[in-house]
Amino acid sequence: MSDHEYTPKSKAGKWFNDRLPLLTLANHLTDYPTPKNLNYWWTFGGILTFCLITQIVTGLTLAMHYIAHADMAFESVEHIMRDVNYGWLIRYIHANGASMFFLAVYIHIFRSLFYGSYKSPREIIWIIGIIIYLLMMAAAFMGYVLPWGQMSFWGATVITNLFSAIPLVGEGIVTWLWGGYSVDNPTLTRFFTLHYLIPFLILGLVVLHIWALHVPGNNNPVGIDIKKPSKDTVPFHPYIVIKDGFALLMFMIVFAFFVFYAPNILGHADNYIEANPLVTPAHIVPEWYLLPFYAILRSVPDKLLGVVAMLSAILILAVLPWLDTSKIRSAVFRPLYKQFYWILVADVLILGYMGAMPAEGLYLLIARVATAYYFLHFLVILPVLGLKEKTIPLPLSITEPVLGGSPNMAMAKKKESKIE
Amino acid sequence: MSDKKPERRDFLFTASYAVGAVGVAAVVWPLVDQMNPDASVKALASTEVDVSSLKPGNTITVLWRGKPVFIRRRTQEEIAEARSVKMEDLIHPEKDEDRAKNPEWLVMLGVCTHLGCVPLNDKGDYDGWFCPCHGSHYDTSGRIRKGPAPWNMEVPKYEFVNANTIKIG
Repeated sequence: MSDHEYTPKSKAGKWFNDRLPLLTLANHLTDYPTPKNLNYWWTFGGILTFCLITQIVTGLTLAMHYIAHADMAFESVEHIMRDVNYGWLIRYIHANGASMFFLAVYIHIFRSLFYGSYKSPREIIWIIGIIIYLLMMAAAFMGYVLPWGQMSFWGATVITNLFSAIPLVGEGIVTWLWGGYSVDNPTLTRFFTLHYLIPFLILGLVVLHIWALHVPGNNNPVGIDIKKPSKDTVPFHPYIVIKDGFALLMFMIVFAFFVFYAPNILGHADNYIEANPLVTPAHIVPEWYLLPFYAILRSVPDKLLGVVAMLSAILILAVLPWLDTSKIRSAVFRPLYKQFYWILVADVLILGYMGAMPAEGLYLLIARVATAYYFLHFLVILPVLGLKEKTIPLPLSITEPVLGGSPNMAMAKKKESKIE
Repeated sequence: MSDKKPERRDFLFTASYAVGAVGVAAVVWPLVDQMNPDASVKALASTEVDVSSLKPGNTITVLWRGKPVFIRRRTQEEIAEARSVKMEDLIHPEKDEDRAKNPEWLVMLGVCTHLGCVPLNDKGDYDGWFCPCHGSHYDTSGRIRKGPAPWNMEVPKYEFVNANTIKIG
């Protein structure tokens, strides 16, 4: 909460606020002191909030027309596309909205990785974020099953079969997930229920994510602790609201391009064929945002170990604050980490590409090397780098690099050399 | 806590927690078990198939419990090929004699044991089946020979009701 006590101006406002301090909360959110050097990579939190609300609103309206039944689901989606007023628009926003959501979340995650936002004292914000990311993947996967096309059906079959890799109880768990002996109507109805539920769980976690953020305050591109409120901060409203709003507009242009000019480019043509349990499509490929993990799954030749590797690739992120031993947050002051950071970005992009290609020959070899490197980065490079790397001296405040050549910098450098 | 002797109240707390835990478990179990296959799904446990029109070298695929079942009338070459394989060459060793009691007829779930795709007929390096999803090769007995699948394709319980009809399940 803000450092100063807030009292509403009007008598009615004061009366209400004494009974439920909603106005104090609103005042905290508008006055919230924010580092004044936040760049555009920091606007994706607001963009992600927009994405979540968009998915909830379009999802609710789609649910008014969709029928969760194996015999009618495919037809009801076509009914939405052809008959329902603006049904095509709402569905294309929802389907492409999922991709936009993941695009924004990947930028948000990689921003954290670059500026060390996951480090103390922000570990809980980071872990809640990883849980949100996992729930997003679950929601996206189950949503993709609902149109009951060929990719829906076989994607559901392949992903639920991952659980059969668990020794002893695996088969029982898969039957329990299906509610039968194959993916069928009981599977569809429960996936619909969970797909409806998860966004609201995410919404609750987003509140915790922001609450946890407001305790230490935002990290910033320089990555040093700042006093707040101080000359290093600006109030959230109007400064950050306007900046976030402008970034959101830019983001919406990209969003609108996909919705209006290329609504199916991120999907698979096979999903416009109704589900058929007798025929598997020639290439089963997940949506683009899951491809890096799919590549990791396929690059391990053993079924159980493949599943373990894929899950570890995600869960390793949750312990990242303890794997990265460096006390310096921002990569700006870590010349070696900065290079390894970009290698990791390239590695994940390569994994994504390999996930879309058939798992054979050179593709498989590259996927295996990239998988090994992914784990090497987190398990070996990060812990060692924090101990060995010679970092650049930090400025004393975020104002310093902005003003440039301030005497503080020279003093800071002198101090640094004395310590050494 | 530790230097205090447990008294009547501690016993009452522990007993209450225990009863509460049993009560919660009793309520949770129906909520979990409702997701298991229901009575109507279980009732569809068997299917009868007329195979009189099948010629040697042909396969039909029928749906049983929502899963495809391959019924193949094998040629003499396929049977010979399946029976000549040495056990040590197999990933999941099973004799063809055990998989196909009547050598002419191979009945098995058309479900790849890797991640559940439907393998394609007459494809792959072993003249049997090939799974397009992740590249598993099966031989003329439906046994896994190459690729990520851990087991042979499953042979369900089935019987010949008469010369022309197979009952699966």
